[in-house]
Amino acid sequence: MFTVPFVLDFVLQQGEFTLQIHERFEASSVSLCGPSGSGKTTILDAIAGLRHPEDGRIEIANRVLFDRSLGTDLPPRSRRVGYVPQDVSLFPHMSVLGNVMYGTARGSPAPLESVIKLLEIEPLAGRRVNELSGGERQRVAIARALMSSPDVLLLDEPLAAVDIKRRERILLYIQQVRDELLVPMVYVSHAADEVRRIADRVIELDSGRVMATQVE
Amino acid sequence: MPGDLVDVTLFSVAMAGLSTVLMLVPGLALAWLFARHTFPGQSVLETVVSLPLVLPPVAIGLILLRFLGRYGPGGQLLDEIGVDVIFTWKAVVVAMTVMGLPLLVRSARAGFEHVDRRYEQIAETLGASPVRIFLTISLPLAARGVLAGVVLGFSRALGEFGATIMIAGSLPGTRTLSTAIYTSTQTGRDTEATIMLLTAASIAFVAVFVSNRLATVE
Repeated sequence: MFTVPFVLDFVLQQGEFTLQIHERFEASSVSLCGPSGSGKTTILDAIAGLRHPEDGRIEIANRVLFDRSLGTDLPPRSRRVGYVPQDVSLFPHMSVLGNVMYGTARGSPAPLESVIKLLEIEPLAGRRVNELSGGERQRVAIARALMSSPDVLLLDEPLAAVDIKRRERILLYIQQVRDELLVPMVYVSHAADEVRRIADRVIELDSGRVMATQVE
Repeated sequence: MPGDLVDVTLFSVAMAGLSTVLMLVPGLALAWLFARHTFPGQSVLETVVSLPLVLPPVAIGLILLRFLGRYGPGGQLLDEIGVDVIFTWKAVVVAMTVMGLPLLVRSARAGFEHVDRRYEQIAETLGASPVRIFLTISLPLAARGVLAGVVLGFSRALGEFGATIMIAGSLPGTRTLSTAIYTSTQTGRDTEATIMLLTAASIAFVAVFVSNRLATVE
């Protein structure tokens, strides 16, 4: 299995809440686990450049996204992350295809056909996003993120809004993305079974601190 | 008289249309700035932009006259490049633009404030530049507020009287529906005034009706 180096070593203050993480490792997919408010989404936001740590370094696949001592803080548009937030945030005024193609202006040609085939987007392409089911929305959001040729995929509880019947299917899509497109991912989840299937590195968080790390 | 009425109506609509176009860029920029940023002096700028809503239009007209008149700073500058504004059609456009701008800003700002920032953030992670985000995400999602603001700004421009009479007068070539109603009434031409009143009311009714529909229809 492919792996890339991750450096998640930073301190981020958000009002009363302080997030501290000091992890350096090699992995293909990392899972962030922990109760609500433990800082999982904050870590994804920091990787995406939507929140700014006070100090430290964020580096993924040998690309420095943030380093306080070097004065590096890439803007979100230059970080090459594919972010699928928990609320999915599909652009409501665009069609499915409009959403999927939004990030392709970034440059290097994304594997359009393989993404569309892998996530079975074709039958959905002309539909409006408000006509989609929870599972379809997840697939479209993952496709949109992948089409921007990301160095890393950030998935925030991708199965939370999906009914149990469709979870298995989406989980398979995510595994295929990892194994066929070789895109490393950071995967936030509550569910232990999902984590075991997706991640080769698990970071357990509580109240903004790392409680344990496991190699699966 | 019917020929005059048509001329005055067309002139008013054209001037209001032109002033709406002119208020669009600064109006949208201010609306977006107020909705999305905080900066030093913001409250002062917001208050200045809103002043035409609360000051008597005649007072705004006097400010514009002092500024754009022969001895005003703006007037001297325009004089140097050979542009006459006061008591020309350009003064009508200036008055309409200044008076309509706050309504456009308020409505468009509310539109931008309703756009979930998450969409803009996700667009940025997908590599979009600030201009692309504004044009493809913020503006379309705020479209109803912006369109309602455009209609309100246009209606306000069309109904403008106080500032217009101060800096443009009611002369052939600067006469709008509003100023024409006033001069017709003053000179005892009541039927003419009534016809123009009905014309202005019809245009305003359509504009506000459209604005309300845009604000409520999904």
